[in-house]
Amino acid sequence: MGTTSVRERAAVLAGRAAGAAARTLRLGGGTALPGLVAARIAPDLVERLAAGLRAGTVTVTGTNGKTTTAHLLSAIARHAGMEVVANRSGSNLERGVIATFVESKTPSAGEAGVAERRLGVLEIDEAAWPSLASRLRPRVAVFLNLFRDQLDRYGEVDSVAEGWRAGLRALASGAGSGATLVLNADDPSVAQLAEAWPHRVLAFGVDDPRVALPAPEHAADARFCVCGARFAYDAVHVAHVGRWRCTRCGRARPARDVAALAVETAGEGARARVAVGGREVELALPLAGLYSVYNALAAVAAASALGVAPSSIAEALAHATPAFGRQETFDLDGRRVRVLLAKNPAGLNEVVRTLETAGPPLRLLALLNDGIQDGRDVSWIYDADVERLAPLAPTLVCSGDRADDLALRFALAGVEPAVVERDVERALDRALEATPAGARLEVVPTYTAMLRVREVLARRSGRRPYWAGERS
Amino acid sequence: MTMRGGAGGLAGGALRVVSLYGDVMNVYADRGNVIAVGARARERGVAVEVQRVGIGDPLPEDADLVLIGGGQDREQRRIAEDLAARGPALQRWVDDGVAMLAVCGGFQLFGRWYRDTSGVELPGAGVFDVTTVAPGPGWPRCIGDVLATSTLADVGEVVGFENHGGRTYLGPSARPFARVTFGHGNNGEDGTEGALRRRAVGTYLHGSLLPKNVALLDHLLAGALSHRDGREVSLPALPAPYAARAHAAAAEVARRRAPAFARDARPAS
Ligand SMILES: [Zn+2]
Repeated sequence: MGTTSVRERAAVLAGRAAGAAARTLRLGGGTALPGLVAARIAPDLVERLAAGLRAGTVTVTGTNGKTTTAHLLSAIARHAGMEVVANRSGSNLERGVIATFVESKTPSAGEAGVAERRLGVLEIDEAAWPSLASRLRPRVAVFLNLFRDQLDRYGEVDSVAEGWRAGLRALASGAGSGATLVLNADDPSVAQLAEAWPHRVLAFGVDDPRVALPAPEHAADARFCVCGARFAYDAVHVAHVGRWRCTRCGRARPARDVAALAVETAGEGARARVAVGGREVELALPLAGLYSVYNALAAVAAASALGVAPSSIAEALAHATPAFGRQETFDLDGRRVRVLLAKNPAGLNEVVRTLETAGPPLRLLALLNDGIQDGRDVSWIYDADVERLAPLAPTLVCSGDRADDLALRFALAGVEPAVVERDVERALDRALEATPAGARLEVVPTYTAMLRVREVLARRSGRRPYWAGERS
Repeated sequence: MTMRGGAGGLAGGALRVVSLYGDVMNVYADRGNVIAVGARARERGVAVEVQRVGIGDPLPEDADLVLIGGGQDREQRRIAEDLAARGPALQRWVDDGVAMLAVCGGFQLFGRWYRDTSGVELPGAGVFDVTTVAPGPGWPRCIGDVLATSTLADVGEVVGFENHGGRTYLGPSARPFARVTFGHGNNGEDGTEGALRRRAVGTYLHGSLLPKNVALLDHLLAGALSHRDGREVSLPALPAPYAARAHAAAAEVARRRAPAFARDARPAS
């Protein structure tokens, strides 16, 4: 364990050099290049570097909330005295994971005890999880949710779930059997993973009847049980997530080990009374919306699986900050700008709900790109319920490479755009003009549009670019 | 959804729209087609009543427009039998001049049959004289932007996004809906896209299709009104500026990055 091979050291050094060069040349922040270079030199690097994380690795996967959950869990783990190795947002494929390892500080011989406290907190792409998990052998594996997302890239939702089950079966029979699974009890696609895992499972969910939606959303994906019958719902919380049960075979939402008993979502934050480990704690979150509460519950459950005390968890969360581009706020010319990433129908629906909660007047800059990381296909905007924004009569600016598609979608929803401007910086200017001093502008971008708009916001508000951030 | 037309709009009762399996065949945003029909009809002063028909639900007595979208494989298997049982009724409707739009999985199941990778045949509704074969392992899915020219003179250029594994072949009595300029189309071999039968259109195009292909939307609306009124209805021109710009943007994207049609949907040798 302690000794590293010459080849491995060479791979790490070459990877670091590549990362430094990429940053100097401003090649997209250099988040993946070090991994590519290092993996070429030492193909078994993932296994070897993961083995060096003595406190183990937590993987976080699912369609929505990976970055925020990993970010919150990292904050909790650091507060509890652990030395966290975490990947940066977007670097959640193999090469990104290797880059994370390669660029993390290696404890020197003088730092006694540091190696024992090194914990990996890695968000993993849902399609990459099966192959990466067998190599990372996680101590805790968190599964958040499963929604339709980039069907042109991931394929069908069912095939992602099948990949997870196959990965778990492989892990369960091998050396990964010591892992604790953290599952969303309220998402049937995730909760049923327990059937593929004969070892320890912690389930989390929301038990506050006030969060129920008046009607199921269009973008619900898990409608049928594995037995073939249709799920029935006593309450729908998000898309197909809620208090589900099968009317034929008796499968149902499992008991919650971590449960939000009362949820308050208003303004820029959220509060939740959470039962965990036989205690109840009050959580104050720096994030708005029910989806943020779900992410926090996942982080709490994972921390609890790592043995962190509930009081310490609550303390850490009270001081946490939003993750990169996920409800980050910027102050610009006396206006507050909030960035709410939305990548798929379920995510956009939750953003819409958060905007509904905030209430009128709504000033909205929506951005749609069709890059590889966004999904080449923009059809998905029709699966989100943007009609719900019409009663707020928003002042709307549409931007991004597919601004015209977005404008059409909103127009069909009864929300006439005030401005359609593909160029992100010009669109931001127009949106800021439409926002009175002291008011808030909501920015809702897809992934690559978020990178672009955040870069502009960071520059104008004097914040660091993203490749310099996150790592403390 | 019920929309009342204003005075002076096209006369007649509400346009009867049937949305088939909208809660299951919904994976790829074909809901946008239902939204676009409602909005365009409202603009034209036509009232629309959408009836959602799910597994086991009875079909209404009559309809003017039938819409069905694409689903996941598992969901398509679930509805195949239910839909095939409706085949005779749907065929009567199409011969009676009911307008229809069947997209992707819905298009496949509106054909004669669908043969999966293990050789099992799912029966279709037989609305279109087409058959679909899921190719063996090694064959790539047909995924990407599409630009095509419709064989319907009043429709012209169509844009969309395709994502299908199955290869669909036209039978002797079928006419293609369009010819592919960029993209794969029905099978990546013959350059055809979709199929037509009377006022019914089958296609692989998502996007959603109708919001940004207003000529096709108007073609289907005119067909549905003609069925309702029992006489050929033609619609006056009505600009759709947002749709026109979104159409142009999608066409530009397809020209820039979709492969020009070149029989390329084959396994790498
Ligand atoms: Zn069941």
